[in-house]
Amino acid sequence: MNLFTSFLAGLVFGLGLIVSGMANPAKVLGFLDLAGAWDPSLLLVMGGAIAVGVIAFFIARRRTVSLLGTPMRLPTSRDIDRRLVGGSLLFGIGWGVAGFCPGPGLVALGMGEVKALVFVAAMLGGMGLWTLFENHAKVSK
Amino acid sequence: MMNIDWSAFTPWSALAGGVLIGVAAGMFVLLNGRIAGISGILGGLLKPVRGDAAWRVAFIGGLLIAPLSHALIAALPRPQIDAGYGALVLAGLLVGIGTRYGSGCTSGHGVCGLSRLSPRSLVATLAFMTAGFATVFVIRHLLHV
Repeated sequence: MNLFTSFLAGLVFGLGLIVSGMANPAKVLGFLDLAGAWDPSLLLVMGGAIAVGVIAFFIARRRTVSLLGTPMRLPTSRDIDRRLVGGSLLFGIGWGVAGFCPGPGLVALGMGEVKALVFVAAMLGGMGLWTLFENHAKVSK
Repeated sequence: MMNIDWSAFTPWSALAGGVLIGVAAGMFVLLNGRIAGISGILGGLLKPVRGDAAWRVAFIGGLLIAPLSHALIAALPRPQIDAGYGALVLAGLLVGIGTRYGSGCTSGHGVCGLSRLSPRSLVATLAFMTAGFATVFVIRHLLHV
């Protein structure tokens, strides 16, 4: 059941990305191009998602187990540090270069786009590098 | 002065798609007790922990199958990917490293984090949005690529 709801959440998330136009990098870049012909659509995507999300997380915060009985795993870190800001800045630069973030990259890969495959492969490479750095940092501590 | 591209602006489909994304993130936290953060879900597969991989594969599988299921109901819009292969590799590396160092992306920080009213996610979202705006400005208006 947990696996099925996980699959369903991924599916609905992906459909949302397609319907909203966010699986299309040209549309995302249209939002990021403030100085050009600006497409504010992404703001409404975020607004729609957060309007629903606020209610769900309001309920989730008051529970210790999920509706399926699994532990409620909400992030506990509250640190606003160099890793958070530096990592997010690097992510934002990469986002601006091609107009892809992780979700839309995977959805466009599901559309059979070769360019999305190249992006996702490089993204996995980047995540793999991070995993190596982290392991190395833990070993040397 | 902002110059809004009214011909590209799609408020209703953006809002409808956004609501679907919110429903997905909401059902995931309420049913599975987890954050629908795509970089974290995917990244966790690179150093698999026993018993912690199957739900990740299921979620990613759902994302990958979404275009096919959309095509069964309505015509699938084709994405327009203007970046060349070199740019895509650079972008992928930066997105991969950056989202793991920053512990999240547009879904984990932008949608789930802001929905939880997390100050940490607000800072992350402002950081990647600002970097995205600046990068596109440099590429399109300074380098004219």
